[in-house]
Amino acid sequence: MKPVSNTTSSTAAKPRLTTSAMIASIAAEGQRTKPAPFGHALIEVARQRPDIVGMTADLGKYTDLHIFAKEFPDRYYQMGMAEQLLFGAASGLAAEGFTPFVTTYAVFASRRAYDFIHQTIAEEDRNVKIACALPGLTSGYGPSHQAAEDLALLRAMPNMTVIDPCDAHEIEQAVPVIAAHQGPVYMRLLRGQVPLVLDEYGYKFELGKAKQLRDGADVLFISSGLLTMRALEAAKQLEADRISAAVLHVPTIKPLDVETIVETCRKPGRLVVVAENHTVIGGLGEAVAAALMRARVHPAFHHIGLPDEFLAAGALPTLHDRYGISTEAICASVKKWR
Amino acid sequence: MEDAASRINEPSLAERAYRIRRNAVRMGEVQGQGYIAQALDIADVLAVAYFHAMRYRPEDPAWEKRDRFLLSNGHYAIALYAALIEAGIVPEAELETYGFDDSRLPMSGMASYTPGMEMSGGSLGLGLSIAVGMCLGLKRKGSDSRVYTLFSDGELDEGSKWEAMMSAAHYNLDNLIAIVDVNNQQADGPSKQMMGFEPLADKMRAFGWFVQRVDGNDLNAVVAAFDAARTHEGARPRMIIADTLMGKGIPFLEARERNHFMRVDAHEWKLALEALDEGRRA
Repeated sequence: MKPVSNTTSSTAAKPRLTTSAMIASIAAEGQRTKPAPFGHALIEVARQRPDIVGMTADLGKYTDLHIFAKEFPDRYYQMGMAEQLLFGAASGLAAEGFTPFVTTYAVFASRRAYDFIHQTIAEEDRNVKIACALPGLTSGYGPSHQAAEDLALLRAMPNMTVIDPCDAHEIEQAVPVIAAHQGPVYMRLLRGQVPLVLDEYGYKFELGKAKQLRDGADVLFISSGLLTMRALEAAKQLEADRISAAVLHVPTIKPLDVETIVETCRKPGRLVVVAENHTVIGGLGEAVAAALMRARVHPAFHHIGLPDEFLAAGALPTLHDRYGISTEAICASVKKWR
Repeated sequence: MEDAASRINEPSLAERAYRIRRNAVRMGEVQGQGYIAQALDIADVLAVAYFHAMRYRPEDPAWEKRDRFLLSNGHYAIALYAALIEAGIVPEAELETYGFDDSRLPMSGMASYTPGMEMSGGSLGLGLSIAVGMCLGLKRKGSDSRVYTLFSDGELDEGSKWEAMMSAAHYNLDNLIAIVDVNNQQADGPSKQMMGFEPLADKMRAFGWFVQRVDGNDLNAVVAAFDAARTHEGARPRMIIADTLMGKGIPFLEARERNHFMRVDAHEWKLALEALDEGRRA
């Protein structure tokens, strides 16, 4: 994707958006947020669990782990900008009975350190929790920082549990759950001022469980992470067009809650739209499609996700519109498909 | 057996090293191939590690107070199995299963397969990073156990090794003893020609390590190096650079070129065992 000129008449009317830097919040203007839900939740669990330690590779501040470091300085390991060492050392600490919560950016865990996670953590079934910021398209820095394929990579790894939480409410709930789970976990992380949405739905995170957040007769969104937030918003906006949309939130990408997904898709007459903040290759969309094929359930099926290309740099609102994962773009797609 | 001192003299370390070599050759014969030259070169180091330096209980390989041994170069598994058999951790009868389906002794070492195997190596360059984490964990627990890790000179090509070397010094890991097998052979040829790593001792000293370089096939020198590594008082990680000879102890294998993954003719296994016996008598 090449840069688009910003001197055309259509953009001249709008303010020019600056590049979405690492500390940029993904919250929409006016949206309710909570600061650093991961860091605060981790402190709470760590108070009860002396086996929990924090580790990072020069990204403590950018993954909200600095909050843990401040509270428990002697349980915090700064490994320098060395992701292979980071995950190998996490395996060693886990072998000695500790439960490391390890943070970096999703690109560095899933791409640079893949073999270290595969061999020293997953293959040995070490109790390491990997929490990674900048999942999917949540940075404007271009492919170096955009982990469009992290779910596909981590899903393919035996023993690995993979979760993609939606908001601050879910992250807070997920941290103690994954701490209690025995085995390696990869969790996508939203950091900084994180939107707060799911508390309004009386939602409770359960590992391995998909949950329907709203019902609807015409469309069924199946979504995870940031895109659940967008699907909920899109469902509200589509009401104006007399389109009634349900939202099934699937925070656990692996193991996938096949039963709930298939049963929810059995309801006739609904257009199924899987929406994910991830490349269309190898993520939730293809996992759901395969599950439906195996169960011989064949609804009309569409997939909203990032294209199979190196994504552009720039401002997130621009990029989310361009690649079809903004609320407006989702609404437009659904209206076209209906 | 947990007290290292009781193991020093009887049988002698030379006898232990002989038996480790013999076990390795017998496993090599079972498969008709393998990393036998490496097993022969590192047998003296393993004899000193398992029968002079390390604390462990053969009947309880996961004993909390044991010293940990991380085999980073997973293809040396044949050597470590030979030592684990000699140490009584793996029954000698299992030697016949080496490398066959459903054996606990696969060609490349994995933690989940074999008692006494602490890590899954083979993807080279992993061990020292795991060792750093284990050393940090042992210190957190207030344990006086040590972490020994063995890796090959070829692994020095891997960048992760240097990440781990920096961090071990940064965290003052005086409970870490790394052993580098410099046999100057890797898959594509002589290690120093693949990627120059010398002067290794100088580099590691500059990195803040306590470094010794010894003839890894001189038992007295290896014992002295392990003793010095254990008793050194600096708050630094320790490295023993062991210069070794591929195929050591079996002259016709020592002389063989291209010995990284050695094919040995069927009739030669008997000759190999005879050569070991001859060396033992000498």
